[in-house]
Amino acid sequence: MTITTTRTQAPVVVDDDKCIADKGCTVCVDVCPLDVLAIDLVKNKAFMKFDECWYCMPCEKDCPTGAVHVNIPYLVR
Amino acid sequence: MKTIELEYDIVVIGGGTGGPMAAVKAKEKNPKLRVLLLDKANVKRSGAISMGMDGLNNAVIPGHATPEQYTKEITVANDGIVDQKGVYAYASNSFAMIEELDKWGIKFEKDETGDYAVRKVHHIGSYVLPMPEGHHMKRVLYRQLKKARVEITNRVVATRLLTGADGEITGVMGFDCRTADFYVIKAKAVVICTGAAGRLGLPASGYMFGTYENPTNTGEGHVMAYHAGAELTNLECFQINPLIKDYNGPACAYVTGPFGGYTSNNAGERFIECDYWSGQMMMEFFNELEGGKGPVFLKLDHLAEETISEIEHILHTNERPSRGRFHEGRGTDYRKAMIEMHISEIGFCSGHSASGIWTNERGECSIPGLYAAGDCASIPHNYMLGAFVYGKFCGENAADYVAGASDPRVDQDRVQIERERVAAPLSRSEGPTPFQVEYKTRRVVNDYLQPPKVTRKMEIGLQRFDEIREDLDHMVAEDPHELMRAMEAHTIRDCAELAARASLFRTESRWGLYHLCVDHPEKDDENWFCHTNVTSDSNGNAKFRKREVEPYVVELNDQEKVAYQRLRVASPATAKAA
Repeated sequence: MTITTTRTQAPVVVDDDKCIADKGCTVCVDVCPLDVLAIDLVKNKAFMKFDECWYCMPCEKDCPTGAVHVNIPYLVR
Repeated sequence: MKTIELEYDIVVIGGGTGGPMAAVKAKEKNPKLRVLLLDKANVKRSGAISMGMDGLNNAVIPGHATPEQYTKEITVANDGIVDQKGVYAYASNSFAMIEELDKWGIKFEKDETGDYAVRKVHHIGSYVLPMPEGHHMKRVLYRQLKKARVEITNRVVATRLLTGADGEITGVMGFDCRTADFYVIKAKAVVICTGAAGRLGLPASGYMFGTYENPTNTGEGHVMAYHAGAELTNLECFQINPLIKDYNGPACAYVTGPFGGYTSNNAGERFIECDYWSGQMMMEFFNELEGGKGPVFLKLDHLAEETISEIEHILHTNERPSRGRFHEGRGTDYRKAMIEMHISEIGFCSGHSASGIWTNERGECSIPGLYAAGDCASIPHNYMLGAFVYGKFCGENAADYVAGASDPRVDQDRVQIERERVAAPLSRSEGPTPFQVEYKTRRVVNDYLQPPKVTRKMEIGLQRFDEIREDLDHMVAEDPHELMRAMEAHTIRDCAELAARASLFRTESRWGLYHLCVDHPEKDDENWFCHTNVTSDSNGNAKFRKREVEPYVVELNDQEKVAYQRLRVASPATAKAA
C-alpha cells in the first residue's frame, strides 16, 4: 500500500516580506508547543509545515517583526 | 539515531507549570544538585499556561477563605472521594505560594486598599482571584529557572522511566523530536509534570488538535508512571468541561460569573446556581443540552458596556487569546448575542477532576524516587496554583530524597528494548501513519467511552484498542516529527484502554457526568465509597484495587455533604417555560 498526502490549508500564515528568518531568526519555530513551524531552507523564511495547530498564538506574539498571523483552523472556524 | 547519555540527580519532566516550580525549589533546597528540566516543547512557551492564565480558581486567602473550608468544598465537589490530607496540604500552602508569585512579579487583581480582589464562583466559599495581567506567567517562571541555574533540554519527548532492583527510579529515556536522537538520562529521582492526557477524546469539530487541553499533553506522564509500576488512581473520573462550541476553549464562566455573566439555556434562562466545574454541574449542563432546552449558552448580553469591555480584555489577551479572533470570524459580539457552548471531549486531568498518577500529600508516588505534580497527579481540582504548590513539594522532597539515595544503575537491557521500540517506526517504509492510528483510537474513544457509559460499549471499545495495539507495531514515521506523533499514538492508546478498564471496574455511578453508568445508575456508597487504583502486573496487564478513603481531617456536616447535589436552579425557570 502506498502512503498518500492529504492537502490542508495551514492556519498559520507568515508574511515573507516581514519574516527575518534569513537573518537567523527562529523565534516562532522555537516557541511553538507542537513544533509545527519550520524554516524553508530554500526561501529562508518560516512556514507552517504541519497542520497540527492549537491556535495558541506564541508564534504570533513573540515574532519580533509581526510577520506571523494565526488564523483559526478551518474545521474550527 | 545517536544515543545521548546524561546524568543528573533530579530530572523534572515537563516545563509547563508545576515542572519549573519543582526544578527551582529543588535547586533552592540544595544548589549543588544537578537538576534537569526536560520539555517536549520549549519551556518558554510550554504547557497549559503557554499564553498565561486569567485567574486563580483556588486561592485560599486569609480573610476570604480558610484551608478547612476549601478542603470541605473540594471534598463535596468530589462526592467525598478525596485524600483530604492532600487537599488540606495544598490549601494550607496556597497563600504562601500566592505571595511568593507576587514577589516574583506575577500580577493579581487587588482592590483599592491593596488587598487581593477575591470573587465567589464556587458553591460554598470564595476562592477566585482574577489575573487580568496574567499573560506573562511563563516569562516570570523562565527568569526564576535561569536565576536558580536549572539546566533545560527542550524538544525531548520522554517515553519510559528506568527502575532499579527495588523498583526505585534510576532514570528516564526519550528522544529528540527534531533529530530522533535517543536519550538515556540517569537520575536518582524524577518529578513528572506532564499535564493532562488531553488528546484522548476527539473534539466535536473533528480537528484533532482543537482540544481543550494543550494538545502537546498526551498523557506521557500517566503512561510512563504506569509502565514503571506506579499506581494511577480514579481514572474513571473523566474530565469533561463546558466550553465554547467548536473553539473548545473555556467560555469562561469563572471570569464572567463575578461580573454577572452566567450559563443559560436556549430561552436565556439560568438553570444552574453555580458555574464551578464539577461532575454534578456537568450533569446538569448535559441534561439541559440534550434534554430539549439546548443549546446552552454563556449569557453576557445583559451586561453594561464597561463590564463587557473588561471581560473582553481579560478573555482576549490571556490564556486562550485567539478566542476574540474566533468570535470575530463568526460575527459574535458579547454585547448582542449569547455565546454557544458545548461539552468537551473526555480526558484525564486532575486540574478539574480527580484522576491521575497517585500521589500523597508530599507529592510522592507509589515507587521510590518518583514524584508528580499538576494536572497529571492525583490531587483533585488543583488548577494552576495547585500545580505550583505541589511542584514545590515535589522539588523539595525530591531534593531530600536524593541526598540519601545511592548511585543508580541503569538496566541496559531495558534501554535496548526501548531504543528499538522508539526507532521502529522510522525504520519502516510502509504501514498505517501515526495520524491514522491516532484518529481511529480517539474516534473509538468518542464512540464507546464517552458518558453516559454503557458496559457493552466499553467492552467493544476494548476490543478495538486491542486491535490498535497490533497496528502500533506496523506504524510508519517519515521523520522525527512524525515519530513524535507515532509515540504519542502509543500513549493515547494506553490511556484509552485504562480509561475503559477503570470505567468497567467501578460498578456504580459517581461524580455526576464524569462516571455516569447506564447499567449502574445509582451511587453505591456501601461498596464504592473508595478510590480505585490501577497498576501494571508482571504480565503488563492492568490490575485494579479499591483504596480506602483515609479518615477526614476536616469533618463535614450533613448539609455540607449534599451541597453539590443541589445545583439546579429551584423552579422559576422551569415554571416559566411550562
